[in-house]
This record gives sequence, structure tokens and C-alpha cells, in this order.
Amino acid sequence: MGVTKEKVESSLEAKLNPSHIEVVDTSGGCGASFVVEIVSEQFEGKRLLERHRMVNAALEEEMKEIHALSIKKAVTPEQWKQQQESNLSNSAA
Amino acid sequence: TVRCSSALTPELKSTLDKVVNSNKVVLFMKGTKDFPQCGFSNTVVQILKSQNVPFETINILENELLRQGLKEYSSWPTFPQLYIEGEFFGGCDITVEAYQNGQLQEVLEKAMCN
Repeated sequence: MGVTKEKVESSLEAKLNPSHIEVVDTSGGCGASFVVEIVSEQFEGKRLLERHRMVNAALEEEMKEIHALSIKKAVTPEQWKQQQESNLSNSAA
Repeated sequence: TVRCSSALTPELKSTLDKVVNSNKVVLFMKGTKDFPQCGFSNTVVQILKSQNVPFETINILENELLRQGLKEYSSWPTFPQLYIEGEFFGGCDITVEAYQNGQLQEVLEKAMCN
């Protein structure tokens, strides 16, 4: 049994209480390759390496079966808001 | 199959201590710097080459024990794994982000001057 996108999402939700989360299955269905974007208050005051370690730790069980995990974003709600706003102004320009 | 025993033996740990301190920049990767065998590893090689710093690469595909042991040693589940001055810096995503925001250049400059 492979790891599903839903399983990755629920583990991250349970451990990191994200205000926004996006998990994309990039394996073409075999469930072993994911890209993750996650926004959580728990990242506050943490360096990027620590944030990624938190994500890896939350997925400890799943990592045994995941072949590739790309953590595209691990940001705080504040950073997320800023990024959304700058994306909006970029696309408007 | 269930594997309970740790791959990181005391011998392997002391070897890894020496390896990560043997060069200022050490990259454990899939393939070699001349023949990367994975896109993620290749990305980090290209970034390091663009920084004009000397770096050593170690092919984890050639040694399964090393590959398993390193995951425990770094507390990091995937490859590539970049070490700077004996300290774990990160995997591909972290290296890319640090490269884009200038932090990687800072850390490398500091390492080269030490």
C-alpha cells in the first residue's frame, strides 16, 4: 500500500496545525512523490532547516515509503500573506 | 521486511565525522558532480559550481550502508545532503531557497575565510 496525498495532508494537519496546506502528488499516481506547500504559526521564529525538519518529522512514517518530497514552501501566516499580496500586485502589473 | 537495527554504527559515525570535515563543502548525492543521476542532486551541483567554491561529492548510490547511515546521521530522509564546515546545511529545496535569497553565498564566503 502506497502513501496517499490524503494521508500526507492529514499527518501534516494533525502535527503542524496549518492555516493553509497544499499537497501535490507528482508521482503520476503511484503515491511516492509529493510537493508540499504549508503555512503554519508553528514556523514562527524557526530557520528554514528547522521548518523542513518539522515537516519531515511530521511525515516520519510516510517518509519510509515516499521516494521524493519537495517542500516548496514552509512559511508563517504573516509571510504567506505578504507573498500572496506581492503575487497579486505582480500579476496585476 | 522490518529492519530494527540502526545502520549508523559507531564506526560509520566516526567515519562520517571525518568525511564531513575533510572539505569545507561536502555533498552526498546520487551520482557524481560530473555525472549526477538525479535532478535534485544535479540542481545542487550546478548551484555549487556557480559559486566557484571547491567541493567534494560522494556518491551514495554506490554504498547502501552509507546511504542508510547518513539518513540517521543527518536526521534527514532524502538526498542530496549538503554539508558546509562539517555542519548539515540542507537538501535541495533549502539550498535552492538559500541560493535565491543570498544566504548560501554568505555561508560559503564565511566558510572559505575560516
